[in-house]
Amino acid sequence: MMSLYATRRRRDVIIRVLCVAAAGFGLMWLTLILFTLLWNGLAGLHLSVFTQMTPPPGSKTGGLANAIVGSLVMTVIGVGIGAPLGLFAGTYLAEYGRHEKLSFYVRFINDILLSAPSIVIGLFIYSAVVVPMGGFSALAGSLALAVIVTPVVVRTTEDMLRLVPDQVREAAAALGLPRSLVIRRIAYRAARTGLITGILLATARVAGETAPLLFTALSNQFWSLSLSQPMANLPVTINNFVQSPYEYWRQLAWTGALLITLAVLALNIVARLLGAERKTK
Amino acid sequence: MSPSPFVFPCGARLVNIETRMKSLPVDRARALAAFRLGDASFYWLTRICALVVLCILGGIILSLMIGAWPAIQTFGFDFLVTRRWAPQLEPTPVLGALGPIYGTLVTSALAMLVAVPVGIGIAIFLSELCPPALRRPVGIAIELLAGIPSIIYGMWGFFVLAPFMTDHVQPLFIDLFDGVPVLGAIFAGPPSYLSLFNASLVLAIMVLPFITAISRDVFMSVPPMLKESAYGLGCTTWEVVRNVVIPYTRTGVIGGIMLALGRALGETMAVTFIIGNSFQISGSIFAPGTTISAAIASEFAEASGVHQSALILLGLLLFVLTFIVLASARLMLARLERKAGA
Repeated sequence: MMSLYATRRRRDVIIRVLCVAAAGFGLMWLTLILFTLLWNGLAGLHLSVFTQMTPPPGSKTGGLANAIVGSLVMTVIGVGIGAPLGLFAGTYLAEYGRHEKLSFYVRFINDILLSAPSIVIGLFIYSAVVVPMGGFSALAGSLALAVIVTPVVVRTTEDMLRLVPDQVREAAAALGLPRSLVIRRIAYRAARTGLITGILLATARVAGETAPLLFTALSNQFWSLSLSQPMANLPVTINNFVQSPYEYWRQLAWTGALLITLAVLALNIVARLLGAERKTK
Repeated sequence: MSPSPFVFPCGARLVNIETRMKSLPVDRARALAAFRLGDASFYWLTRICALVVLCILGGIILSLMIGAWPAIQTFGFDFLVTRRWAPQLEPTPVLGALGPIYGTLVTSALAMLVAVPVGIGIAIFLSELCPPALRRPVGIAIELLAGIPSIIYGMWGFFVLAPFMTDHVQPLFIDLFDGVPVLGAIFAGPPSYLSLFNASLVLAIMVLPFITAISRDVFMSVPPMLKESAYGLGCTTWEVVRNVVIPYTRTGVIGGIMLALGRALGETMAVTFIIGNSFQISGSIFAPGTTISAAIASEFAEASGVHQSALILLGLLLFVLTFIVLASARLMLARLERKAGA
C-alpha cells in the first residue's frame, strides 16, 4: 500500500519537474532570441540608419531609410485595403448572416485563409497582379499584405460584434432605428476598442511578413515612392542582407530585424492594453 | 446576466432626424426612403465583402492551377515521384517534387516531435502548476513571442542556433548512434550548418508558442469542479491532468497541434536560410535538404517557363496539403466549441 502511494508520488514529482523544465526550456530559447536581437541590433542603431539609403555591396556607410519608409507605405496601404474589407465581411457574419449557410462557408474559408502559408499568397498575387501588370510593384506587395490582413480582421470583427449584447440591438430597433444604423451607430461603437485591437493585431501580423513580398514588391536599393515600381522594404532587405558576405550588410540586417520586432511588439502591447481597458471598464 | 460593460452612444444626428421626421410629413417619407436605401446598400456592401473572402480562396486555387498547368502537362503524375530537380537541363528540364515534399514532411514531423511535448508541458505548467502571480506574465511572454515575424527566427537560426547545434549537439548524436542499424543512418554525419535538423529545431521553437497558447486555453476551459472532484478522490496533479484534463480537452489539443502543423508545413522564412536548398534526398537528418516553401522562395524570382510553372505547382501542392491539415484542425476545434456550448 505504501509503495503504491510512493510510486504515485514519485511519478507526480517527475512529471511536475518535466513541466517546469519544459517551461524553462521554452522561455530560455525565447529570451535568447530577444537577447541576441537586442545585442546585435543595438550595436548598429545609429541615426544614419533612419536617414541614409540602403548601401551598395561593400559600402561601409548607409542606412535603411528607404526600406523603413517602403515598409510603412506598403503596410498602411495593405491594412487600408484589407481592414475595411475584413470589417464589412465580419459585420455580415456577425449581424446579417448569423444563421445563414453562406456564413458557415465564409467562416470556414476565412479560418483556412487565416493560417494559409504566406508564400502561397505571394504566388497568388504574382499570378494575379504582377504578371498582368507586367512587373514587380509596391502595389502588388500591398495587395499581398491586404490578403493576409483581411482574414485576421474578419475573425476579430465577428468575435467582437458577437460580444455586444443582443438587448442593445433590440433596444435600438425598438426605437425605430433601421438595421444598418443599429450596426453602424450602436454595435460598432459598443465594440470599438475590440475592432481597433483586431486591426492593430493584423497590422502587427503583416509588418514583418517577408515571404509574400519576395516576388511581389521585390525590393529596391533606391528611394522610390511609386506604387508601380518595386519598393524597398525592411523584411526583404533583411532577407537579402543576412546571407551576404559583407559585414556591414549583416549589421544592417540585425538592426532592421530589431526595428521590425520592436514595432511588432509595440503594436501587440498597445492592442493588449486596449483590450484590457475594455474589460475593466 | 452581468450588467453590460458597454456605453450606449446617442448620436446627435439621429435626434435631429427624429425631430425632423415628426414635424414634416414630406421629409418623413424622404427620410424613410433614405433609411431604406442606406439599409439595403449597407447590407449588400457587407454581403459582397463576405463573398470577396470566398473569392480570395477561389482566386488562389484558380491562379495557382492556371500557373501550374504547363508543369502539369509536361510532367504529369511523374512530378510527385521524381527525385531529380534539374531546371537547366536542355532541351526539357527534369523536375520532380519528391525532394521538397520529403523535406517539408521531415522538418515538420521533427519540429512537432520537439514542440508538442514541450508546448503541452508548458501549458500544463501554466494551467496547473504555475503560481498565480507568474501565470499572466509568462502567458503574455509566450503570446508575444507568437507575434515575432518568422524572418527573425530564421535569422537567429542562421547566426546563432545553427553554429551551436552543428559544433556541439550534432556530433553527440552522430557518436551516440554510430553503428546502430536504422538510427545510425538517420543520424549519419558529418555535421552540417545547413541541415534538416537545424531547420526543424528553428521550426519547433517557432510553433511552440502556438501549441502552448491553444493548449493552455483549452486546459483552462476544464470546469474546476471536475478537477476538484478528482483531487478530492486523492489524485495527484499528474493523475488529474492525465485522467481528467487531457481526456476532456483531447480534441482541442489535437486541433491546436494541427494548426501548428499547418504553420510548420507552410513556413518559409524560418527555414530558408538554414535548410541548404538541396533537392537531394539523403537518409540523414544532418544532411542539407529543402522544403516546398524554401524552394519557391529561393528559386522563384529567377525562374521562368516550365521551371516557374513547376514552382507554382509546388505551391499548389503545399496549399492543398495545408488546406487538408487546417480544415481538419478547424473541424475538430469547432466540434469542441459545440460541446462547450451545449
